[in-house]
Amino acid sequence: MNDMSRVEKQVDTKDIKLDCRDCQVYYGDTHAIKDVSVDIEDKTVTAFIGPSGCGKSTFLRCLNRMNDTIDIARVEGSFKLDGEDIYDKRVDPVQLRAKVGMVFQKPNPFPKSIYDNVAYGPRIHGLAKNKAELDEIVEKSLRRGAIWDEVKDRLDAPGTGLSGGQQQRLCIARAVATEPEVLLMDEPCSALDPIATAQVEELIDELRSRYSVVIVTHSMQQAARVSQKTAFFYLGNLVEFGETGQIFTNPEDPRTESYITGRIG
Amino acid sequence: MTDASMQNAEPGRHSVSLMATDEHTRKRARAEKRFRAYGIVAIATGLFFLVVLFTSILKEGIPAFTRTVVSVDFTLTEQQREESEGVLLKTKAYSDLFITALKSKLDERGLNTEVDEVAIERLLGKVGGTIRTFYTQNPDKIGEQIEFDLAASSRVDGYFKGRVSRDTIQDSRFLQKSDLELVDALEEAGIIKQAFNWPFITGADSGVDNPGGAGIGASVIGSFFMMLVVLGLSLPIGVAASIYLEEFAPRNRFTDLIEVNISNLAAVPSIVFGILGLAVFIQFMHLPQSAPLVGGLVLTLMTLPTIIISTRASLKAVPPSIRDAALGVGASKMQAVFHHVLPLAAPGILTGTIIGLAQALGETAPLLLIGMVGFVARGYPDGFLAGFTEPNSAMPAQIYTWAARADAGFYEKAWGGIIILLMFLLTMNIIAIILRRRFERRW
Amino acid sequence: MPVLWLILIVIAISAVGFVSGRSRAMQSAGGEIRNLHSLPNFYGANVALKAAIPAFGLLVLWLLAQPLFVNSQVSGMIPDTAIKDGSSRSLVMAEVRRTAAGLDAAVAQGQMTEQVARNANADIAEITQGLKDAGQVVTSEITQPILNAAQSYRSMNAKGHWVMSIVLVLLALAGAVVSWRQTRSDYRARNVVEKGVSVLLLAAASIAVLTTVGIVLSLVFNTWEFFKLYPASEFFFGLTWSPSFSGRGGSSALGILPLLWGTFYISLVALLVAVPIGLFAAIYLSEYASPRVRAVAKPLLEILAGIPTIVYGLFALLTVGPLLLSVFGDDGLGWMKAGTAVMTAGLVMGVMLIPFVSSLSDDIINAVPQAMRDGSYGLGATQSETIRQVVLPAALPGIVGAILLAASRAIGETMIVVLGAGAAARLSLNPFEAMTTVTAKIVSQLTGDADFASPEALVAFALGMTLFILTLGLNVFALYIVRKYREQYE
Repeated sequence: MNDMSRVEKQVDTKDIKLDCRDCQVYYGDTHAIKDVSVDIEDKTVTAFIGPSGCGKSTFLRCLNRMNDTIDIARVEGSFKLDGEDIYDKRVDPVQLRAKVGMVFQKPNPFPKSIYDNVAYGPRIHGLAKNKAELDEIVEKSLRRGAIWDEVKDRLDAPGTGLSGGQQQRLCIARAVATEPEVLLMDEPCSALDPIATAQVEELIDELRSRYSVVIVTHSMQQAARVSQKTAFFYLGNLVEFGETGQIFTNPEDPRTESYITGRIG
Repeated sequence: MTDASMQNAEPGRHSVSLMATDEHTRKRARAEKRFRAYGIVAIATGLFFLVVLFTSILKEGIPAFTRTVVSVDFTLTEQQREESEGVLLKTKAYSDLFITALKSKLDERGLNTEVDEVAIERLLGKVGGTIRTFYTQNPDKIGEQIEFDLAASSRVDGYFKGRVSRDTIQDSRFLQKSDLELVDALEEAGIIKQAFNWPFITGADSGVDNPGGAGIGASVIGSFFMMLVVLGLSLPIGVAASIYLEEFAPRNRFTDLIEVNISNLAAVPSIVFGILGLAVFIQFMHLPQSAPLVGGLVLTLMTLPTIIISTRASLKAVPPSIRDAALGVGASKMQAVFHHVLPLAAPGILTGTIIGLAQALGETAPLLLIGMVGFVARGYPDGFLAGFTEPNSAMPAQIYTWAARADAGFYEKAWGGIIILLMFLLTMNIIAIILRRRFERRW
Repeated sequence: MPVLWLILIVIAISAVGFVSGRSRAMQSAGGEIRNLHSLPNFYGANVALKAAIPAFGLLVLWLLAQPLFVNSQVSGMIPDTAIKDGSSRSLVMAEVRRTAAGLDAAVAQGQMTEQVARNANADIAEITQGLKDAGQVVTSEITQPILNAAQSYRSMNAKGHWVMSIVLVLLALAGAVVSWRQTRSDYRARNVVEKGVSVLLLAAASIAVLTTVGIVLSLVFNTWEFFKLYPASEFFFGLTWSPSFSGRGGSSALGILPLLWGTFYISLVALLVAVPIGLFAAIYLSEYASPRVRAVAKPLLEILAGIPTIVYGLFALLTVGPLLLSVFGDDGLGWMKAGTAVMTAGLVMGVMLIPFVSSLSDDIINAVPQAMRDGSYGLGATQSETIRQVVLPAALPGIVGAILLAASRAIGETMIVVLGAGAAARLSLNPFEAMTTVTAKIVSQLTGDADFASPEALVAFALGMTLFILTLGLNVFALYIVRKYREQYE
């Protein structure tokens, strides 16, 4: 924990997309995140792992300022997206969230049609000049969400009528429709069955070619399968951060080893 | 799962800084502010109405609690009494004595105003009769100096409260323009003054032409007896019904029927309950019209759903583990409910009952139909039992009666009545809140 | 009040029964509680319940049945010749009852002796005078058949009361004695008492059903009477409402349409005030307001819901009406003739409904899952975009239900329209004109001097029936929608 700098040295230098330094999060009097520093690289899948309540989801929500919607949450530290502080006063969180999209644990399609679900983001951000462009964006996003073939004949059907896995892919399509640069995923597969999970994991791997993806997961196998970088959180601290392969085969910190071998968590 | 479109590199990525807000975003931020402002405006409007309502209640109602009295020190000697009783027009003789006393009082202060008997009668009503009655009832006071507080007529009262002014007054048998000179002189002499209006709080309703003498006391008693009926019936019945539905009812059609009935009765307009009361209690069972008993019965039926709903909520809040514990030591289901669940739910039940009673206390519409409005409550009931069956009014019905009368002098009484009604409601609600705060248990 | 004494006597019998039942149980167990099947109090309660419950049940039934029985008996006694043209048997019976009540009161006041009141051949003039002296209302001339009918009405009622009292006391005693004799140490008193109590609980719960039955019966029965006197088609489709004041029918036009129009118009104005304000207030309170603002503003708004409607009525009549008149009246824009108008009543009713709409919508908006909002924020939507495009559409069914409930409130509201809307029934589009509603006319038709048996009074029941069906329909539909909505998110 104290020798963060040593850990970071091993991170090889692709483009740094998100640069987080000395981050603290407080929920009222509770110190939920302590001194966390992470570099999120472009076109890479970064996985946050750790036992429940370790703060990995809280940290994820700092990255697109979703914690702003919680009254008692307070965030400190520096978060730089392409060198710009996202907590700067001049930054409109609304614009930030268009660049840093988010997919949630439980699939949460709006009670609207599939088309309107995907078109929602482009509409509010004014990304389409006309109906034809919007149609194009919707189709493109649904294709990227790997769900186009399943829903192309029923775009007017309500999004809530899809199966769980389809709903989650719809939510991913919805998130990519606003052309984000970073995609945050908060345990995207925890509510899905194994087949749907496999589909979503495959999708995440494809998304890597265009986006920087950050995924919070409970499943170490999933982290091993989809990510290139892994960060292990424990009790609000970042314990270890490095190449996924190294974390799982040769962890430096004894706590990481205990966790991946199933002794804590 | 790959397809061609993914390879398209879209333009404009990485180009826009987070710090720069474009026109579209600014527009959205303005829309956000506007929307937020709508909410604030809505709440402010609601609160504005609340303030206007209470200001007008207080502004119009507080004058009802003061009255204008003519206060005169007056001594009647034995000799004067005998002389007055000897003449033919006895009350006129007393009245003359009073006017003489009044005149001397004015002269003392160096005020010279015409005082004649007709003007005094317009100001104070039949003074002679009042004085004579007093001395007939209290013969021992003869010879002593007595301070008489005589209520001024409602027009004079209105002159002091700004209802009547020199410009608006029309000469009539109630008050003439010239009388105002006398009134001013009396005021200057300190004889006419404002006093707290006890008769309004303790008195009974007056006739249609005497707004000054109207009091709300009798109808408070009427409301009290109604509330006794409501409490005595709706609490046990409501609690019993809730216990049945919450603890014992089997899941069957009849239980569903009861449930549906309760939720629908809670939303039936109150006037329909008035129709029920009229048809069943008065037409069919021939109970007396305008009686607090009938009013109480109607309000009971109306309050029951409220009480049942809140009682069930309190019973539901008692965790099942308490019931299991009682059953586990060998208590019967009935004992578990009556020994453990009911006492634990009691504060909640009581709170709900008080709020139900407060609702019933302010309810007017059903009372109109069972005759509580046509009746002028001129006196108090003759005893406890008579309180239930003798015709009486009730606070809201009395307020309505006053509001419906032609003489604007009654409006002030109606507003004053509202202040008293709201004070009762406030007290009941505060008791309910205190009960809830003190005894509420969170499991 | 003899019924009260009867109740006290029965209570006394059951109290004595309780004590003696308890002591007999103790005695049979030899003073040792452990030898008893149940606790001693159960034996006492067993006796007390068996004395009181049948007696009180009979009392209620008797009180309900006796007037019916006496009425039908006495009504059978009246010869057809005594019923004048244009009158009916029920009108004559009302006269008989009034006379009987007058006789009772006169005797009670000492203005008339019991002998005179009972004397079948008493001089009618003397009786009439006696009634007048006692301050009783004597509407029309009392005829010989009416007097005789009234006298037998009185005597039958008195006899009925006596028989009832005796039977009741005997029944209570019998119940007490029988159950007292049952009391032995092995008698399963607890089971019997608990069975009895659960029957009592069921009876209490059934009162809700009885109330509904009572409402429906009193409405249906009297509406039926009304339609016998007045054609239903004219009632439902008539465009004029002008009851004659004589109370004897004939020239009255009793069309419900102008009243329904007034009701809907006023409710519409009220909803136009209450729905935007209430809805926006709810949105602000549940989505934007800080906990402190919410803790202050919400209870303050809810005060508006706790104020009795008579207060709003007076507010409409004496404050809002004159205020509107000064702006829109002859001194101002000249649209308004008097303070009482659709606008006055609608505005005030709207104020009354604000907290109703806002607290219902607040609940419903809070029931929309947070995940839905997060999804929208995560895409970069602003709060207002989230509310307008995600939360409100999701909450729409619930909000529609809440508005329907508010509409049913508005339709059934009485005091505000009685005082604030005016008395003239008309079909007009001008919201500054006085109009009247179904509820206001129910009040005016039933508080006037009209005879209960006349169409002018009976029409109120037909109006009540319409109102009941209307509000019931709205409520059932609204509750159905709200319940469906809640199930969706549970």
